[in-house]
Formats: sequence, C-alpha cells, structure tokens
Amino acid sequence: MIRSLYITSKDLRTELRTKHVINSMLVFSLTVMVIFSLSLNNVLSESSVIDRVASGLLWIAFIFSGTLGITRTFASETENGCLEGLRLCPVESAAIYTGKAISCMCMMLVMEIMTLPIFVVLFNYSIPSIPLMATVILLGTAGFSVVGTLLSALTVNARTREILLPVILLPLLLPVLIPAVLATAKILAGKGFFDVATELRLMVVYNIIFFTLAHLLFDHTMEE
Amino acid sequence: MENKKLKILPVVTTALVLLSMYMTFFYLPIMRSGSGDVLDSSFRIFYFHMPIAITAYIAFFIVFAASIMHLRSHDVKWDIYARSAAEIGVIFALLVLITGSIWARATWGWYWIWEPRLTTSLALFLVYVTYLLLRQSIEEPESKARLAAVFGIVGFVSVPLSFFSIRMWRSAHPLMFGEAIYGSSGGGLEGPTLQLTLLMNFVSFFVLFITLLIYRSNMEKLKEEVRAIRAAHR
Repeated sequence: MIRSLYITSKDLRTELRTKHVINSMLVFSLTVMVIFSLSLNNVLSESSVIDRVASGLLWIAFIFSGTLGITRTFASETENGCLEGLRLCPVESAAIYTGKAISCMCMMLVMEIMTLPIFVVLFNYSIPSIPLMATVILLGTAGFSVVGTLLSALTVNARTREILLPVILLPLLLPVLIPAVLATAKILAGKGFFDVATELRLMVVYNIIFFTLAHLLFDHTMEE
Repeated sequence: MENKKLKILPVVTTALVLLSMYMTFFYLPIMRSGSGDVLDSSFRIFYFHMPIAITAYIAFFIVFAASIMHLRSHDVKWDIYARSAAEIGVIFALLVLITGSIWARATWGWYWIWEPRLTTSLALFLVYVTYLLLRQSIEEPESKARLAAVFGIVGFVSVPLSFFSIRMWRSAHPLMFGEAIYGSSGGGLEGPTLQLTLLMNFVSFFVLFITLLIYRSNMEKLKEEVRAIRAAHR
C-alpha cells in the first residue's frame, strides 16, 4: 500500500511541475458548464426542468474532463521509456495500478471541487448536504478511476488510444454512472442519507468488484 | 473424416432452422384471447427472439471463459474461441435488439423504451462491440490477445451490474408497461405445441451458433497458420 503511494506521489509531483493535465481538465469542465448554462438559458428559471437535468449535466462535465485526464495516465509514461522504468520498479504491478488509480482520483477530485461552485453559481443551486454530496462524488470518482486506469493501461499500446479509450470506457461505466446521477439528483432535491442508501450501496459494490478484478488482471496488461 | 463432419453440419443446421421456421409460422395455433378473438400474430417473433437472446448470452459466457483460459495458459487456441464467439455474439445481440424492437413497435407502439431488460441488452451489445473495436486497434497479435482477454473478463462482469443499476433507475419511475411485460400477460406459454416450438427454435439457433463458431474458429486457426508461415519465411 505504501509502495503504491510512492507511485501516486511521483505522478502528482510530475503533474504539479507541469500542470498540463489538471489545467486542461479544469478549463474543459468549466467550459462544458458554461455551455450547458448558456444553452439552457431559457429554462434556467424553471426549476422543474433544471432539477431533472442538472445532475446529469454535472456528471457529464465530470466524466468528459475525467476522460481527458485518464488518457494521459499511461500515455504520459510512453515517452522516454518510462513504461519500462515502471515495469522495472521493485513493486508488484498491482501496486502500480493502485498508485495510478489514486493519483487519477486526486486530480479528478481537484477538478470536481473547482467545478462544483461554478455549477452552484450558474445553475442557482444550493447543495443541502455537503457531506452526502462529497460521498457520492467520491464514490463515483473512485469507480471512474478504478475502471479508467485499467482501460488506460489496456489501450496504451493501441494505435488510436486517444479516441479508443473514451469509447470503450463509457459502456463499462454505466453501472456506476446511473446510481451516481440518481443519487446526485436526490441530494440536490434535499433528500437524506436513507433515500440514497441503495445507490451508495451499488456504487460501493461496483468499486469493490472492479478494484479486485483490476488487481487480478493488471499484471497481464503490463507484460511485454 | 473431420472434413466430412464439417460438411454435414451446415446441412443439419439449415434443416433445423427451416423446420423451426415452419413450426413458428404454420405449426403454432392461432392465438385467441379469453373472449375468443384472434390475437395479433406479432407474438410469433418471440420464438426467434428468446432463443437468440439466450444463445447470445451463451456466446458472451464463452468469451468470458475463454478469456480466463487464455490468461492462464497463454494458448492462442482460447483466444481464437474468444474472438469467434464475440463476433457471433455481437451479431446475435444485434438480432435480439432488432427483433425486440419490431415486436415492441407492434405491441407497445414504440420501437424503443428505456426499460431494464432492453437497456441491459443494449449495454451488453455495446460492451462487445467495443471489445471488437479494441481488438481491431491493437497491432501486435500477442498483446492483442492478452489485452482483449482482460477486457472480455471486465466487460462480462459489468453486465449484471448494469442490470441492477438500470433496474434501480427505472423502479423510481414506473413505466406504463411495467406490469404487462413480466406480469400475467406473459404467462401464455401453455400447451405442448408452444413449448415444443420454442424448444425446437432454441435447439436450431444453438446449433446455428455452434456451426458458425466452428467455422469461424477454423478460419481463424488457418489465419494463425498463415501468419506463422509468413513469419518463418521472413
């Protein structure tokens, strides 16, 4: 576990030095939010319409800019033989996977924390229960990073990895996206913990299953 | 000997499919409602729909099992089975969506509604289309087989999870057909004629799948041989 944190800190440190990925993720999600707000300009005052679409829009922004980050997770390692360096690391490949997933999750969380206030301002929402909202976002982001990191490693050698990854990622994300969107909508409507318990449970199950699977399978994606 | 068997197989399949089509269209009695009115015969598509759906599930299970075996043994044989089954499974899943939509249009008035079973079939179809897409875009054969196997396992596991999440999604908004799909109106499969027809259709589509799988995997084996010979002469 400690070893995977080394990988995480390495990734975050390189990211902090260049800030390429996090900047584009941020700007992208803000742009998406602004475009949504602009295009829904006419119905922004009708809360019955906005209540139905808001949580979906929020997650679309998260997923799209998350995809930007996740394509870079392993693509950034292809330069200067970094992938060989990672393989030579005296850690199990499962630790590399965990480290990458955590660093990807951290970057997404930063982006989400910055996007959420913009969402609140543009769509005129107040978030009734911040801890609950944080739980849902955390679980949804964890699911995204768990599957995304595995698929990022899968597609790193593909010819068309930048376009392939989003395409193969979305069908697999369906089981975590639906409860995330549902739970977000309920929280925005002011519901409590017990109303979203089913959704949270499903997201936890999804995360556990895919984390375990990815741990077992990651070794095969790193072989030469 | 091997060749002879292979030549008999398509003949048997054709005969079975023709027989089951005959049974679906002519052997089945005309459906009557409780009051004696003749019902719409759109239900007959069900005798294609369900066997194809089950065969598609079997095909995807074969992809899953063959992917595990490939990762364990690194034997190219299992990869051949996985890719052949995935290709045929995608075609069958597409047929399930098409036949289902035709029936839905005739009965419900819409080609498509966002209902758990429909959405799960769509998710299943999409996962395996992307499986084929992934295969297509990786050049090197060994890593293609290995990475596709990983995706085959992950994709198969995601399908039941999709079903649960979609069911939850829709249970919050009951649909107008919620009851009619699974409820009492679905219990019309009584009497040996109907069951026999369904069984016959199931057998013939399963045999069709097996035939396609054998032919496809033989073709892939030949491709592998050609590749090996080419590599040896380079």
